[in-house]
Amino acid sequence: MSISEKSASTQKIQAGLKRRYAKEKRFRLYGIISLIISFAFLLVLLTTIVSKGLPAFQQTYIKIDVTLDQADLGVDKNASEDELFSAPYSKTVKNSLKAMFPDAHGRKQKRALKNLVSKSAAYELRDKVIQDPSILGTTQTFWFLAKDDVDVFMKGGIDRKLPESERRIKDYQLAWIDQLIKEDRLEKRFNTVLFTAGDSREPEQAGMKGAIIGSLLTMLVTILLSFPIAVATAAYLEEFAPQNNRWVDLIEININNLAAVPSIVFGLLGLAVYINIFGIPRSTPLVGGLVLTLMTLPTIIIASRAAIKSVPPSIKEAAIGLGASPVQVLFQHTLPLAMPGILTGTIIGMAQALGETAPLLMIGMVAFVSDIPGGIFDPSTVMPVQIYLWSDSPERAFTERTSAAIMILLGFLVLMNLIAITLRKRFEKKW
Amino acid sequence: MSNSSIEKNMANAEKPETRDEFNVEIDGTVGSPFVDNPKMSSRNCDVFYADKQAIFNVNLDIAKHEIIAMIGPSGCGKSTYLRVLNRMNDTIPICRVTGEHTLDGEDIYAKNQDPVLLRARVGMVFQKPNPFPKSIYDNVAYGARLHGLAANRSELDDLVEASLIKAGLFKEVKDDLLKPGTGLSGGQQQRLCIARAIAVDPEVILMDEPTSALDPIATALIEELMDELKANYTIAIVTHSMQQAARVSQRTAYFHMGHLVEVNDTKTVFTNPEHKLTENYITGRFG
Repeated sequence: MSISEKSASTQKIQAGLKRRYAKEKRFRLYGIISLIISFAFLLVLLTTIVSKGLPAFQQTYIKIDVTLDQADLGVDKNASEDELFSAPYSKTVKNSLKAMFPDAHGRKQKRALKNLVSKSAAYELRDKVIQDPSILGTTQTFWFLAKDDVDVFMKGGIDRKLPESERRIKDYQLAWIDQLIKEDRLEKRFNTVLFTAGDSREPEQAGMKGAIIGSLLTMLVTILLSFPIAVATAAYLEEFAPQNNRWVDLIEININNLAAVPSIVFGLLGLAVYINIFGIPRSTPLVGGLVLTLMTLPTIIIASRAAIKSVPPSIKEAAIGLGASPVQVLFQHTLPLAMPGILTGTIIGMAQALGETAPLLMIGMVAFVSDIPGGIFDPSTVMPVQIYLWSDSPERAFTERTSAAIMILLGFLVLMNLIAITLRKRFEKKW
Repeated sequence: MSNSSIEKNMANAEKPETRDEFNVEIDGTVGSPFVDNPKMSSRNCDVFYADKQAIFNVNLDIAKHEIIAMIGPSGCGKSTYLRVLNRMNDTIPICRVTGEHTLDGEDIYAKNQDPVLLRARVGMVFQKPNPFPKSIYDNVAYGARLHGLAANRSELDDLVEASLIKAGLFKEVKDDLLKPGTGLSGGQQQRLCIARAIAVDPEVILMDEPTSALDPIATALIEELMDELKANYTIAIVTHSMQQAARVSQRTAYFHMGHLVEVNDTKTVFTNPEHKLTENYITGRFG
């Protein structure tokens, strides 16, 4: 068939085809480019965080021979636990270090010598003695946490080629460290402190456990409150509320608007209402959870409503036609079928809440809390606030810990998403 | 393709449709809408969707153990009327039903009438097969469990089996009772829905175009089934297929634009309709 035989519209269509395909190709190209750009950003972000944070998962320990001199400590094997508790162990640690490096002279060097090991060494020693007082008067070998400067140096954070005046570790300290390395007294181990300790002003003693527990408790309060309230609200608005009712419309508009309210406003609200009016203790997971509930509610409600709306009406009609009451239809058909969507919304809301910082600053969760919270009434902090606090600290070792904390937070987010996907799969498996 | 054929098609499309058949006065219902000792009956039935009236003054009796077919063009109100009979319209907030409706002489819209009980007595099968996303067994057992009809597991097993046998599905699914009901073919799904409806042991079964989504073989199976069910149940069926109405029903009601135009023996309606509109519809002039 030659072109002249083709109808006018066929010719027109053919003329335009090339342009249409070119447009399609261009559009696909734009999509790929934006995908590459976003991946690049993600990659840059992750590599910076991981490369900065990975060293924090290791910690340097120092092996020291400690002579537990009873005269120095002022206690003997028959001393009471109270006496053992309050003995000056830091002096013992200092003397032990002096014995290892007798060349240290002058106040400055002596202080620097003491600062080779963490302050926690004295407490560790105390615990060891209380546990077994018979070691008093003997010489024992212990591994203690190294001070953050030593730790940073061991991880290559301090360049020994710099002139001494520009370096945090002086030449005499370098000599000590070199001697320790030679005697195999320095060792890098997995940093368990990061997961087993609360916050501390000393980087080598600072851990995330308090923040992790605080986050978990806060999330627990949030999900226990927001999930049932949000699902009940969504179910009522979708299935029971009178349609075209002015009040219902008003509530709907308000819920949609609440989702767009800046989170710090919820923090102010929590401060004014929960803390000042109801007198709920500050900085606690309870009040944090209550504030985050306010913030998560609209997200879960909107997602749940969409999920409930998408349940096929034919299923509901079938149940009604068999004589099911509206509540039975809701619990036996609508909610189970909407559950995957509801769960997705819940996890999105919870992930948002897990990473939320601003409203929690308002209700005092930014306080320095070194204790690990034992319940929802204990003052605590949460992971993102912990990151914020550490990023604000000047010590070099906190920089890597900040990145490590971000990695832990991201890990928890991934974990939550995995749970969400598993739950979704399980509910969807019911065909 | 040549230009001329396109032009021809366009000329056809532009031809104005003559709708004179449409403009016939409707004045009450002709034929015999009333029977002695009816199973269900409606008097002065009006249905409104918000301000729009969908059904105008329908008066109709449904006799015991008959199959009554409701036919008419789309939007004529036949499905709406069917849903009046088990109060399915209650679920639509803007829908308002007036008039008197009885089941065995009992007012089904009375204040003390429980719609849950009514729907157990007046079952429904829908246009699109809508099995629950559960196993075949659970689908059939759903109504019985809901109303506590079976005292124990073995009674429930018997009930499920009996219902599936009555719906003519048991042979096909007896080994797959725990498989999902949604995995069946369209025709099997619809028979599953019928089994589900009769498991509650209703007195009346309303069928809203039960075969419109099915192929002819599945349709034939369901029509056979309806004929058997007639012995125990009263059936009202809405259908778009006049052949189906002619095949399965004893009486036929013709609806037009919300009015019940004619009710007569099926044979009369299809061979010698009383009303001009009915004649126009069954001879295929519109609809």
